Amino acid sequence: MLNTPLKELSAALGQKKISSAELTKLFLDRISKLNGALNAFITVDAEKSLAQARAADERIAKGAAQPLTGIPVAHKDIFVTKGWLTTCGSKILSNFVGPYDAHVIERFNASGAVVLGKTNMDEFAMGSSSETSFYGPVKNPWNPDFVPGGSSGGSAAAIAARMTPAATGTDTGGSIRQPAALSGLSGLKPTYGLVSRYGMVAFASSLDQGGPMAKSAEDLALLLNVMAGFDARDSTSIERPAENYARDLDKPLSGLRIGVPKEHFGEGLSADVGKSVETALKEFERLGAKRVSISLPNSGLSVPAYYVIAPAEASSNLSRFDGVRYGYRASGYRDLADMYRKTRAEGFGAEVRRRILIGTYVLSHGYYDAYYLKAQKIRRLIAQDFVEAFKQCDVVIGPTSPTVAFRIGAKAADPVQMYLNDIYTIPANLAGLPAMSIPCGFGAGSLPVGLHIVGNYFAEVKMLNVAHQYQRATDWHKREPAGIHL
Amino acid sequence: MPLSLEEVRRIAELARIGISDAEARAVQAQLNEIFGLIGQMQKVNTDGIEPMTHAQGSASRLREDAVTEGDQREQFQAVAPQVEQGLYLVPKVIE
Repeated sequence: MLNTPLKELSAALGQKKISSAELTKLFLDRISKLNGALNAFITVDAEKSLAQARAADERIAKGAAQPLTGIPVAHKDIFVTKGWLTTCGSKILSNFVGPYDAHVIERFNASGAVVLGKTNMDEFAMGSSSETSFYGPVKNPWNPDFVPGGSSGGSAAAIAARMTPAATGTDTGGSIRQPAALSGLSGLKPTYGLVSRYGMVAFASSLDQGGPMAKSAEDLALLLNVMAGFDARDSTSIERPAENYARDLDKPLSGLRIGVPKEHFGEGLSADVGKSVETALKEFERLGAKRVSISLPNSGLSVPAYYVIAPAEASSNLSRFDGVRYGYRASGYRDLADMYRKTRAEGFGAEVRRRILIGTYVLSHGYYDAYYLKAQKIRRLIAQDFVEAFKQCDVVIGPTSPTVAFRIGAKAADPVQMYLNDIYTIPANLAGLPAMSIPCGFGAGSLPVGLHIVGNYFAEVKMLNVAHQYQRATDWHKREPAGIHL
Repeated sequence: MPLSLEEVRRIAELARIGISDAEARAVQAQLNEIFGLIGQMQKVNTDGIEPMTHAQGSASRLREDAVTEGDQREQFQAVAPQVEQGLYLVPKVIE
């Protein structure tokens, strides 16, 4: 059951080969055995999960099941979940029990899926290693001395260690795709606006997008079928007809034009990652795809522009955490201003404080044009690069991350080095394009390598088709870390 | 243009984040490195480029000006640090 695709789990539940309560118990047992070593979950509540599982079993018995009814799914602790502690990896929300459900949680609940727990993450999703969590770093199941990537590192580690069949994540600059790459799994950031941000704790609102993480592209399609959908409570939610994201999985790839951006294969890309990606491109050619050399000339500016736009939006979004309406409040203050200063100094970790300071500075009087406006103009140039690229190709393929996973602590003291992890993933966020990562081999230290696939707006069906065909021809996505069978 | 220690203190105050002198000095060095990275933006000529504020344009949806939310005060105040008679309590601001 631990390695079974969602489609087969669904069939087993439907045929009463296993009950949702049994399946949920199986994964809860995995969590209690492995979470101490990996720290992938912040909150587990077996009673709540099992109650949902029993309700799913009744629904299945009545013949009212949907594809994910009875399947346990772990949620990144950024999604507000009614009755569940929702911390966003921060001390400032360490006592925040969700008073309502995020739209994504509502949709999973309506589908009959079981909330398996809330996963660890970089504080407020600010990080690429899942080390900035107030609840301690997450360990990579492939080697616990290494980071799992971030910020959705808890979800990634939970899937890699088979503590959950699937999970949700969010991606502002690569936070689904980079941990998927570093932990050897599949993850998809949809087109901006496809998945509602209602109840998803805001980091950088013009970039944030929720998405699925799982073991295969086929699983991602089933999860996206549940997650995507219009929601009037998110002003940027897109109103469009529902799609079956699994509908073209089996289409052959003959004639597919794959754009390979030369800027993503230059300086900074480690040789082991480059080699695996090159081998994957050859596999695609064998499957009938055609390789087209393309250029994304402004892609090198994506990290600088992102570190203006994302902190600017974050400094505004995080102003709500002031110790008045929810969350942590410092003790021993002189007056209101002192309460704000102490609450925010004690409640936010170093990386979050740093980004609030960057954002406050770039938005402050006299600096707006030089930083924020400049960054928004560069954002336009980066989006235009993709418009040109998609005139020549159907998908853009390259590495997800310049290196395989790094050691815990290796980049913690050097923010600029940490930020450069997301050099290949950030452009898709700035442009609002869908992008995904799938496993394509192993590099230094036998750690997983991720392949990055970017599609045009709303091309999720095509991207999942591309990824699924690759996964039919290869077995990288079926590999699992050693030492997790207890 | 590197940030002075005074500027670091000023933006911390604007952001209402308490900061000690030692922290301000450590943060100053990190911020200056980050602004070195950000400074790469200045190499590109962006004259005449329309700023992109959002991935999907900026047309906001409108709705009827009608009440759509019921009273959920108790539920939302249950997670507040300090409330009394339905009001959020903060330190006295007017003597």
